[in-house]
Amino acid sequence: MRVQVLFAHPRSDRSEVNTALAAAARSLPYVTFVDLYAEYPDFDIDVDREQDRLLGHDVVVFQHPVYWYSCPALLKEWQDLVLEHGFAYGSQGRALTGKILMNVVTCGARRETYGYSGANGHELRDFFLPFEKTAHLCRMRWLPPFAVFAAGHALEEGRLEGQVAAYRCLLTALAENRIDLVRAERVNLLSEDLDRLIWPAAPAAEVA
Amino acid sequence: MELLAGAFIYLVSAVIAVPLAHRLGLGSVLGYLIAGIVIGPAFGLVGAETEEVMHFAEFGVVMMLFLVGLELQPFMLWRMRAQLLGLGGLQVVATAVLLALAALLIGLTWQASVAVGMILALSSTAIVLQTLNEKGWMKAPAGRSAFSVLLFQDIAVIPMLALLPLLAIGDPTPAHLGDHGHASGIAHWPEWVQAIAILSVIAGIIAAGRFLIRPVFRFVAEARLREVFTAAALLLVVGIALAMDAIGLSPALGTFLAGVVLSDSEYRHELESDIAPFKGLLLGLFFISVGAGIDFGLLFGQPLQIFGLVLAVMAIKLTVLLALGRAFGLPGSDTWLFGLGLAQAGEFAFVLFGVALTGGVIVLAEAQMLTVIVTVSMLATPLLFIVYERVIAPRAAVGVTRDADTIEEWGPVVIAGVGRFGQIVSRFLIANGQKVIVLDHDPALIEMLRKFGLKTYYGDATRPDLLHAAGLEQARIFVAALDDAEAQTRLVAHVARTYPCVHIIARAHNRQHVYELLEAGAHEVEREMFESALCAGRQALVALGAHPFRAHQLARAFRRHDLQSLEMLHEAWSNGGFDQHYVAAARMRYEELVRLMGSDRSDRHDTSDRGWTPPPKGDAAS
Repeated sequence: MRVQVLFAHPRSDRSEVNTALAAAARSLPYVTFVDLYAEYPDFDIDVDREQDRLLGHDVVVFQHPVYWYSCPALLKEWQDLVLEHGFAYGSQGRALTGKILMNVVTCGARRETYGYSGANGHELRDFFLPFEKTAHLCRMRWLPPFAVFAAGHALEEGRLEGQVAAYRCLLTALAENRIDLVRAERVNLLSEDLDRLIWPAAPAAEVA
Repeated sequence: MELLAGAFIYLVSAVIAVPLAHRLGLGSVLGYLIAGIVIGPAFGLVGAETEEVMHFAEFGVVMMLFLVGLELQPFMLWRMRAQLLGLGGLQVVATAVLLALAALLIGLTWQASVAVGMILALSSTAIVLQTLNEKGWMKAPAGRSAFSVLLFQDIAVIPMLALLPLLAIGDPTPAHLGDHGHASGIAHWPEWVQAIAILSVIAGIIAAGRFLIRPVFRFVAEARLREVFTAAALLLVVGIALAMDAIGLSPALGTFLAGVVLSDSEYRHELESDIAPFKGLLLGLFFISVGAGIDFGLLFGQPLQIFGLVLAVMAIKLTVLLALGRAFGLPGSDTWLFGLGLAQAGEFAFVLFGVALTGGVIVLAEAQMLTVIVTVSMLATPLLFIVYERVIAPRAAVGVTRDADTIEEWGPVVIAGVGRFGQIVSRFLIANGQKVIVLDHDPALIEMLRKFGLKTYYGDATRPDLLHAAGLEQARIFVAALDDAEAQTRLVAHVARTYPCVHIIARAHNRQHVYELLEAGAHEVEREMFESALCAGRQALVALGAHPFRAHQLARAFRRHDLQSLEMLHEAWSNGGFDQHYVAAARMRYEELVRLMGSDRSDRHDTSDRGWTPPPKGDAAS
C-alpha cells in the first residue's frame, strides 16, 4: 500500500523525538513524506495538490505533537480545507473510501497521566475521537494513535531508539499491508500492541 | 560657409574615426586624436585655425568638471580632502622638483627649469577623466585617486599663473597681459581688493547655487520648454566661467564648485543630461585639435630627441605616481592604472607655456619643442590605457588578490545594492545572526547606514573584481538588489556564470525583468513592488468593508494566480517578448482571475471560495 506521512510540527528544530521519527519516515523509499509547515509556511494550503496526493495513497499518517489534546493548527487547517464536501464527505464525496488514517504523536506527559485514574482522566485514544469520527465520515478506517510519551525525556531515558525502530516497523508493515486492521482498530494504542498486530513479512511476490 | 565647411571636416573625421577606434577597443580619445592627425598634419585639411579651435574647445573641460562636480556631493569632497591635498599636493610638488632638476641637467636656465617642472607636472584632465568615465574606472580606487590629483592640479594652476611672471628674467611685461584669455581683469587692482573679489565671487557661486539657482530653474522649468532649460544650463556654466575668468581663476574650478553645490538639487540629472552632449562634442573637438596641432615638422626633424624627452618626462612622472600610489595604499593593479593614466602632460601646459613665453621665462624654440612633447605624451596616453587594460589588469585579476583588504570579512551572504530593497533584506538577515556582506556604490547611503550600524562597503557591485574581493566564492547566497534594472541583469548573468555554486536571489523591476533575470541565471526572483502593492490592495478591500481575513484570503488567491501566470507566460514572452500572443495569453489569464476572485458570489462552491464553506443545505453532512 502507498503510505503518506503528513508531518506537522511548527518548531521541529526543538523537537528531539519528532525530528527523529520524521527522519525515519523520510528515509523510507516507499513512504511519501510531507513536511506541512515547510510546504505551507503561510498556511496557504494548495487544496488541489493535497487532494491529488491523497488520491495517490492508501494510508495517511498524521505525525505531530499533541497540542492541547489535539494537533497543531496547520494540520487542523489542512483538514478544514482539504477534506472538502463533495470530495471527502457528503453524498458525492467518496474519494477517500477505504483508505486508512492514523495519528503518530508525541506527548509531553507520561503514560500514567492518561487513563481513568490519571491526571488527564481519559485514555489518550479518547482525545482522538474527533480524528476517528472524521475518518469515519470520510468512509476511511481509523487506527488508534502510535504515541511516544514524555517525549522530552525519551532521549535521555534511552527510549528514543526503540520508538524510532518501532515507527519504522509500523510504516513498513502498513506499506506491505501486514497490519491486522480489525484487531488494530480495537486496541488502545498502536504503539503498545504493535508486535501482536503485525503479521510476519510476506513472501516478496506479495508485497504491494 | 567657411565655418560650415570647417565644421564639416571636423565632423566627418570624428564620425569615421571614433566609432572605428571604439570598435577596435582603443577608446574614443585615441579616435579623436587620430582624426585630428589625419585632417591636420597628414592631409592638411585644416591648418592655422586649430589653435583657435583648441581654445574654444577647452571649454569642454570646463563643462566636464561641472559634470564631475554634479556627481560629487560636498561631504564626499570633504572626505577626499586628505587624498586631494596629500596625494595631489605631493604629486605636483615631487614631480615638479624632479622634472625641474632634469631640465636643469640638460642645460635649461634655472628659471626655465622651474617653469618646465611645474608645467609638465600637470596631467591631462580631459583625456584622463574622459577615459576613466568611458571605461567605468571612475569609481575604482585608482579612478578616485586620479580624480583627486587632477582636481588638485586644477587648483595648482592658479599659484602657477601667479608664479610664472616672477620667474621672468629682465622682461618687465607682466605675463598675465598675454593673449591667452587667462589675463585677469582685476590684475591692476590692489592685492587685498583682488583677494576680496576672489572670495566674494566664490562665495557668490556657493550662495547662488544654494539659494538663487533653484528658484530660477524652477521658473524656467515651469515653461516646459526643453531648449530653454538647456539654454539656462549653458548660461549657468558660461556665466560662472566668465566670472572666474574675470578674477583670474580657472573657469573649470568655478564650474566644478557650482556642480558640487548643485549636486543634491533636484535639477542635477536634468543639468547633467543637458550639458553632457555639449561637453562630449567640445571635448572631442579639443582632442581633434590636439591631434591636428601636432608639429610634425619639428617631430620628424628631431625624432630621437623628442621621443627621448617624452619618454624621460613620462618615466619621471610615472615613478612619482607609482611611489605615491603605493604609499597611499592603492591595490596592486590600481596603482598601475593611476600611474599610467596620469603620466602624460596636460592641456594646461599649452596655456602656461604661452604665459611663460610671454614672460620671457622660456624662448620660442623651447616652447615649440615643449608643446610637441606635451602633445606626444597626450597621444601616448590612450595607448598606455590600452596596455593597462589588456596586459596589467588581466594579470592582476588572475594573480593573488590583494583587494581583500578593502573588505575585511567574508560572509555566507553577499548583498549587492542596499537601497530600499537590499536594506530590508540585509537588516532581516543580520537580525537573524547571519553574516552579511553588503555592497553599494552610493556613498551617501553607506554613510547613513553605517550610522545605523549596518556595515556596508563602498563599491560598484557590477565590477567583477569587487565581487571577487567580497568573497563571493565562499558565499552561499547572493542577493542582487540593484536599482538599475539593466545593471542588475548583467550582474546576475555575471555571477551565475562565474560562481555557479552560489544561490542567486534577485530583485526584479517588473514582469519582463523577472524573465530576463531568470534567463540570466537567477534562482529566485522577487518583484520589488508586488508584495507591498498587494498588501495595499488588501488594506483597501478591508477599508471597503471586507472582513480582514477574507481580504487576506483573496490576496492570497491573487498572489497564487499571479505567480502561476508569471510562470505560464514565460514561454509566451520567450517566444517574442510582449507580442500579440503574450497579450492574448495574459488577457486570458486575467479574465480567469476575475472569474476566480468570486465575481459570481451567489455560488458558494466556486473554486476561489472553497475554503471553510459549510456543506450545501440540500446535502446532509453525514
